[in-house]
Amino acid sequence: MPKEQANWSPYDNNGGSCVAVAGADYCVIAADTRMSTGYNILTRDYSKICKLADKCVMASSGFQADVKALQKHLAARHLIYQHQHNKQMSCPAMAQLLSNTLYYKRFFPYYSFNVLGGLDNEGKGCVFTYDAVGSYEKVGYSSQGSGSTLIMPFLDNQLKSPSPLLLPAQDAVTPLAEAEAIDLVKTVFALASERDIYTGDKLEIVVINADGIRREYMDLRKD
Amino acid sequence: MSKSVIETPPKGGFSFDLCKRNEMLSKKGVNPPSFRKTGTTIVGLIFQDGVILGADTRATEGPIVCDKNCEKIHYMAPNIYCCGAGTAADTEAVTDMVSSQLQLHRYHTGRESRVVTALTLLKRHLFNYQGYVSAALVLGGVDVSGPHLHTIYPHGSTDTLPFATMGSGSLAAMAVFESKYREGLTRNEGIELVTEAICSGIFNDLGSGSNVDICVITKGGKEYLRNHLQPNPRTYTSSKGYSFPKKTEVLLTKIIPLKEKVEIIEGGDAMEE
Repeated sequence: MPKEQANWSPYDNNGGSCVAVAGADYCVIAADTRMSTGYNILTRDYSKICKLADKCVMASSGFQADVKALQKHLAARHLIYQHQHNKQMSCPAMAQLLSNTLYYKRFFPYYSFNVLGGLDNEGKGCVFTYDAVGSYEKVGYSSQGSGSTLIMPFLDNQLKSPSPLLLPAQDAVTPLAEAEAIDLVKTVFALASERDIYTGDKLEIVVINADGIRREYMDLRKD
Repeated sequence: MSKSVIETPPKGGFSFDLCKRNEMLSKKGVNPPSFRKTGTTIVGLIFQDGVILGADTRATEGPIVCDKNCEKIHYMAPNIYCCGAGTAADTEAVTDMVSSQLQLHRYHTGRESRVVTALTLLKRHLFNYQGYVSAALVLGGVDVSGPHLHTIYPHGSTDTLPFATMGSGSLAAMAVFESKYREGLTRNEGIELVTEAICSGIFNDLGSGSNVDICVITKGGKEYLRNHLQPNPRTYTSSKGYSFPKKTEVLLTKIIPLKEKVEIIEGGDAMEE
């Protein structure tokens, strides 16, 4: 007898894109604010960015119900850490925690595509990029979500060294200044909203540097 | 006598020979390539002097926009236009085909084409292909018997209506029409209502977007307002611009001149016939 397929899926994709770029002393994390399902828009004003620790911010696209559950879980674990160690979790520590949390549900995954951005203990920017089951890597920049196939090649072209032969292996940090990185992120989202139907409405940019965390908004295409 | 297979010439229409194999493949997870659909909002309404057709201008291939400014209002006859939703190739092909059939008919009869003629030609073709030609159309025009507006579904059924919407954004546009349409609209009121309906599709449906195209058809003639409204300009262009340096580095440059295969003889005879 041929195998029967389930007609009901526990997952849904709410669309959207996220990007993070790390600099020498700053980190920029950005995501659009559109939440959709199928061909419909659920809301134009939903934040996909969550502050996990003092210098650590996560942006996630995918199934927002799973994302919300994941954020709650991480916030609870962070609180426990603070009680036990009397300090905030550093970005690399949170990165490892997120990876373990995701792998814990290896056989019924969180449908959540994450980028984690922040400053490490020395104040240098760091970005970690994940897949749905917790495989992660420290990188200089990353994008996830429905627009990532459009955004990633552009970031590679602008930020990646052409080949290890020309420049020595980079330190996983971009040489751009903070204002230039923000300009790049704005361009990248304008570009993604032109061609990806799930990206648009508004762009939320979070910048972490030595002075703290600040938030910026920009309008995107609403069609 | 040896048995030989007689080669029969291929019949017209679709060949369903590969269907079973495709089904088997998709069960194994290998999916066929998707068609380019227009994921559209198209509308039409009848006003006091004739017909107004409207359409958005986005063409999608799954979740990606492949054409930001395509034309969905197709010419059928000088007094008849047709908006198309569904598979882009199908709407183009079917409207082009019926448009040339109408022209031949005009030469044959010596009269202006009628909307019902275009309607019958389209619905016969679509029914013949049992819905496999995925074209959902809004046909409108003005002929000797007055203004007409029809919708045609991929399987070949038609409706005759005072106002109509089709495509993925049809519900968003119909909501606007149902609340604001009334009989005897003036030209400007009609254009405004159509624009509003298309905008509703553009902003609320992810399959529709970019600009609004309008076509006004009256007894006197037609007015094709391409990009009548452009409510979606590019949101951000970096002031400094971006450069795209060559990313393939040159390791070594070596030029080897090829040997001359032909020896040139100086002098010699001039060419003769």
